[in-house]
Amino acid sequence: MEATAARAVEIARASARVKREDVRLAPEPAAVAEWTTPYEVDPFTTSVEQNLDLLLKVDAEMRAVAGVTLAETGMNFQREESWFLSSEGADIHQTKYSTGAGYTAYAFAGSEIQKRSYPNSFGGQWQNRGYEQIAEMRLVENARRVAEEAVALHHAEQCPQGTATIILDGSQLGLQIHESIGHPIELDRVLGMEANFAGTSFLTLEKLGHLRYGSEIVNVVADARQEHGPGLGTFAYDDEGVAAQSTPIITNGRFIGYLSSRETAHTIGAARSGGTLRAEGWNRLPMIRMTNVSILPGEKPLSLEQLIAATDDGIYMETNKSWSIDDKRYNFQFGCEIAWEIKRGKRVRMLKNPSYSGITTEFWNSMDAICSRDEWTLWGTPNCGKGQPQQVVGTGHGASPARFRNIRVGSAYQGS
Amino acid sequence: MLTREQAADLFDRIRRYSSADEVEAIFTGSRFALTRFANNVIHQNVEEENSIVSIRTNFAGRTARATTNQFDDGSLRRAVAASENLARVQDPDPDLLPMPDAQESLGKTGEAPVAPPSRFFEQTAAITPADRAEVVKSIVSIACKHKLTTAGIYSASDSREGIFNSRGLANWHHQTLAEVSITMLADDSSGWQKLNSPDVNNLNPVRLAETAAQKAVESADPREIAPGKYTVILEPAAVLDIVGFMFWDYSGVAILDQRSFLNDRIGTQLFGENISISDDAAHPLQAGPPFDGEGMRRQPVQLVENGVVKRVVYARATARKMKNSEYAGKVGLIEPTGHGFPLPNEMGEMPLNVVFGRVENPRSVEQMISSTERGVLVTRLWYIREVDPYEKIVTGMTRDGTFLVENGKVQCGLRNFRFNQSLISMLSNVEAMSTPVRASGEESFDMVAPAMKVKEFNFTEATKF
Repeated sequence: MEATAARAVEIARASARVKREDVRLAPEPAAVAEWTTPYEVDPFTTSVEQNLDLLLKVDAEMRAVAGVTLAETGMNFQREESWFLSSEGADIHQTKYSTGAGYTAYAFAGSEIQKRSYPNSFGGQWQNRGYEQIAEMRLVENARRVAEEAVALHHAEQCPQGTATIILDGSQLGLQIHESIGHPIELDRVLGMEANFAGTSFLTLEKLGHLRYGSEIVNVVADARQEHGPGLGTFAYDDEGVAAQSTPIITNGRFIGYLSSRETAHTIGAARSGGTLRAEGWNRLPMIRMTNVSILPGEKPLSLEQLIAATDDGIYMETNKSWSIDDKRYNFQFGCEIAWEIKRGKRVRMLKNPSYSGITTEFWNSMDAICSRDEWTLWGTPNCGKGQPQQVVGTGHGASPARFRNIRVGSAYQGS
Repeated sequence: MLTREQAADLFDRIRRYSSADEVEAIFTGSRFALTRFANNVIHQNVEEENSIVSIRTNFAGRTARATTNQFDDGSLRRAVAASENLARVQDPDPDLLPMPDAQESLGKTGEAPVAPPSRFFEQTAAITPADRAEVVKSIVSIACKHKLTTAGIYSASDSREGIFNSRGLANWHHQTLAEVSITMLADDSSGWQKLNSPDVNNLNPVRLAETAAQKAVESADPREIAPGKYTVILEPAAVLDIVGFMFWDYSGVAILDQRSFLNDRIGTQLFGENISISDDAAHPLQAGPPFDGEGMRRQPVQLVENGVVKRVVYARATARKMKNSEYAGKVGLIEPTGHGFPLPNEMGEMPLNVVFGRVENPRSVEQMISSTERGVLVTRLWYIREVDPYEKIVTGMTRDGTFLVENGKVQCGLRNFRFNQSLISMLSNVEAMSTPVRASGEESFDMVAPAMKVKEFNFTEATKF
């Protein structure tokens, strides 16, 4: 232990050979606390046999559909126990639980591989909860429909290329928030600390308080508190001992907040860190990470079906298939697993290979409707990578379906 | 740090604690240090030493794995028990094979393939925090000389990997790796270079910094040109990052699962005749252990020859399953190649030591530029994701040094593009290649890859910088 501490001092002294000014940490009261993720059922008290049985039922449902060529199911439970002690007097012990599950049906035929996932792609839905989440997901009940959709995509029309009104389901909107709001508001990116790897940000400091990020109905918060929900970014204290907070990021379309740390708070004139410093584990240096970066639901009651009914001509897209955005977070392109054309307020034909693209601020300024709280889900992104050496952490993104006007669609297949 | 002898002793204890039919232990240990800099200062500096043992047990067709980084008796016993308890509740897997012994691990010929050169270098292992700081200082001085801001990393590692099983197999690998990655930033442009090697003497951070700085300076005040199909010159890092997305599909399990773009295409002329690709763990420019996740020796495999996909790689169980499948006559040679991931897993295997074949008439990047009437020079690609798994269309962005080439010369920097490009089309449109070099990017694993001049590369949008 002493040798490790001595080595840390040696490394810190080496860092000082190439520096300009001392680190300035925003003050923070030293907390002494004990916290555990609230849960109803500890997932580690459930049997492996019970969980295998559930996954095999899902597998059987999917493989019963003719045309399904591969079925994948998975379930994941994590319990992470951490102690944070500092020379300032902090002594914080936290135990975090997370639960995730999901599945995908693939259908290969001719010259196409199509797939459908439930409840989300790339591992399903994840939250900081106990086993009760598994029961609520209705995994078996949805498996056959999802598999049938994978096969049906082979007979669907290709998503058109051009400009269209689009409606995104909540899970896709959650990833859109992650990539085009969550990452650009990371203050370390803005300050250039990620320039060699994850990139920088178009949200330079002078834009704070001034930039029209989105339309009037775009309201986004970064909220790590339990009151926001059991997201993958929910905790009591971050990894430098700062209590969980809710920070307004975009209010009525205006950009008003960054994700910050004790070291970076002074660069935006903040007296205190926003409490977003997180590490992948004991052997990684914590860095600014998203907590739960969520768009607030619309205040007036509006269901997805009502939103579709209020749309004369558009495309409804569901479940992410591919995602890419430039290193300043301007230009993005997303592909979804499935879409339906909307004509005169009704879903009509299914569309395959849907995609849309655009520029971040233009996109958020084109949002003209968002569904209300009943449609809002706190989605989990378990695989957010950042930093060197790279760290992967989970983030949360609350979203309900929303509508966007004049969006470029189909460009993923343009020219092919 | 963990030695082979210590690992062997630990494995003896693990065997004693287990009641399984068979036991396997994979040991990994490393000392890894990384100095990170940005805004011309060191802002992060880390070092880690850790050793892990991952224990797999077999009971009559059932297998499972448990992992720990604590080597006291109690921890090892708990890990063995966790592995056994998980294995016992599995349904029997008809494809699971007994663990290989030392003789089987050598492959079909029974002779050890060509051993790779030593990948351990004392000078790399001895790099100190002060050494790393001095290198960063030299990079920063180059940035200052050009009135630029720099960001990047300089890292070094000393790592060991071993596998032992109860059938007498025992393999050990010890290597070092030094890596430098440098971004140079100007007001409206940037440049980038990255390289790694087991031998730190193969890195020249000052030269890399100068090249990155030159790219940042020369791409200043970038022009925006309309997206469309352009002739592109992709530097080696850009080539490996984009083609890396197809190698997951050169896998027997991917074929059996019908999720590979090579389904129904092995044996066909898929790419241009100038494209040949192999996997060769012993190649002098490669790195990594010469054995796979079961301890099988990695065999050299010719994946693509003159544009024809010849075969894919196999773990032991995948090879047996493929031989008994409907695809047996359509996938070329089927045999265990030593490319399996540690069991149990759902992906099977993949080639991880990719080497592009010898280029008959190599052209340097400069020669490619001088032979180009109008095109785009690309330093690096970024955020690449798969759009279409069978046509192998991938999307992504250019980054850190994108240039307009006209009349045989670099004319100016360009705003970055988004591409949506089929890898099948791209590798059918290669007009020229450089001599392959060891290259490193951020989207895929290191490779021995050439620069490529490719016609009709599909840029679909431009961004704002």
